[in-house]
Amino acid sequence: MESSFFQVDNLSISFGGIKALQDVSFTMDRGEIFSVIGPNGAGKTTLFNCISGLYKPNHGDIRFQGKKVDNEKPDIIAKMGIARTFQNIELFSNMNTMENIMLGRHIHMQTGLFHGMTMWGRSSFAAKDEIQHRKKVEEIIDFLELQNVRDKFVGALPYGTQKLIELGRALALEPTLLLLDEPCAGMNSEEKQDMIFWIKDIQDDLGITILLIEHDMKMVMDISSRVLAINFGKPVTLGIPQEVQQNEEVLKAYIGEGD
Amino acid sequence: MIDFIQMIVSGVATGSTYALMGLAMVIIYKTSEVPNFAQGEMALVTSYFAMMLLTTMNMSVYLAFFLSFVFAAILGAFLEFAVLRRAKEPNVLGMIVITIGIEMIILGFVSWKFGAEQKTMPFPIGPYDGFIIYDIYISKLDVLTLVSALFFMIVLFLFFKFSKLGLAMKATQQNSVAAQIVGIRTNRIMMMTWGISSLVGATAGLLISPTIMHPFMMWDPMLKGFAAAVMGGMTSLPGAVIAAYMLGIIENLFGGYISIEFKTVVAFVIIVLVLCIKPSGLFARHYIKKV
Repeated sequence: MESSFFQVDNLSISFGGIKALQDVSFTMDRGEIFSVIGPNGAGKTTLFNCISGLYKPNHGDIRFQGKKVDNEKPDIIAKMGIARTFQNIELFSNMNTMENIMLGRHIHMQTGLFHGMTMWGRSSFAAKDEIQHRKKVEEIIDFLELQNVRDKFVGALPYGTQKLIELGRALALEPTLLLLDEPCAGMNSEEKQDMIFWIKDIQDDLGITILLIEHDMKMVMDISSRVLAINFGKPVTLGIPQEVQQNEEVLKAYIGEGD
Repeated sequence: MIDFIQMIVSGVATGSTYALMGLAMVIIYKTSEVPNFAQGEMALVTSYFAMMLLTTMNMSVYLAFFLSFVFAAILGAFLEFAVLRRAKEPNVLGMIVITIGIEMIILGFVSWKFGAEQKTMPFPIGPYDGFIIYDIYISKLDVLTLVSALFFMIVLFLFFKFSKLGLAMKATQQNSVAAQIVGIRTNRIMMMTWGISSLVGATAGLLISPTIMHPFMMWDPMLKGFAAAVMGGMTSLPGAVIAAYMLGIIENLFGGYISIEFKTVVAFVIIVLVLCIKPSGLFARHYIKKV
């Protein structure tokens, strides 16, 4: 038990009378792509919000590399190495792409007020720090092919591009665990294909473990090593994609009951 | 002609005070979208604190002012931490009412503790020290106020534009959930914002005190500073400063040529006009939040 990379135990949360999550448990291994599926309102995003510290669960606990994550503040969780994207994009809309991704470097930047004030020339501490982080940001911009929107305000950019920028910002944190909340929502099939490649690259090249929420069954089946299905906040089944796809209850939840 | 130039010079001088108050309000608005109506009284209590250090404890002006700045910063941070952060399910209207409450409490405290009578603060530059260039009288205190206002504007502008903390403050205002998710301690940011803002506002208070001190002394500068901030678009530092100088100059010219009685009213007439013509303010880069 101690050795699991990421572990959720009997997680429950309710809002008033609505039990958004009930006894959700699963473990993740380092390096895998783990997907959570379920119909709208099943509690997938609530699960993410609990993990990233935006909600405080009522019961159960979440452990990341042996450390308790629940009841920590979101910024502490970010520093522990968990980054995320949102289903409804949460960007800094009045800043450009560069600045948005640069904010992802916040936890890694060493420059305090003193060093910032004494930033003279390229050899000063602040300048070195800045150059190093900008280099990292440029790498991410190259990786996600965002060069042409580098200096544009993100509020006016197309939806798909904004999703990518959000992914870029999450990558800038250099996380160990990345939570992706419907990264392909609202994308056309070509953009979806690109996104699938990037997710694979993030897993293979950067060695980041990914927890994924996705509606697109084909995509989930293609890339995930294991799948957890939830419905009405309760876990339905957990297993490899083929098993989950065949599960009676999953089919019922998605397609509806026959009678 | 001399009259005209003299009025403009005095206008710039009053505008500097408005500019400092406007800057202070813009800083808080930039991170929390709350206009802080306690701004004037926070400066007021700092000025009386400086007065206390100078008169009853006989400190040197430099030490007293330094301690007052520290006091102002701590006061701002404390109010954010102890009062505003405690608000349950805060919305902007509730926060505004809280700042008005703080304002009244401080006003009452100052009148009770330090007395409501008029005084002046002992300061190396007296209110009537000045020099004359080409028949135009320039007060040294006004020059100092002008320099402080421009100094703060430039420093704050650079700070918001280029520093890590400044960027984090902007991020907190634009999307506090996303800011937390990338690891920014938004609570800490808010506290610092209030500290910095209080310090800037206190400068205005401290520079008015050598001329006149009474519990209502910050009313006019605060309202005019707020007016300037609104005119400048509420989030633009240079905008607030330019608008503050415009207000100061127009007000003085109006007082000189048209009616001295309605001098203080003219600022608000201008705001109404500006808000009718360009509701987002003169210098705002307006963007619409998606719901």
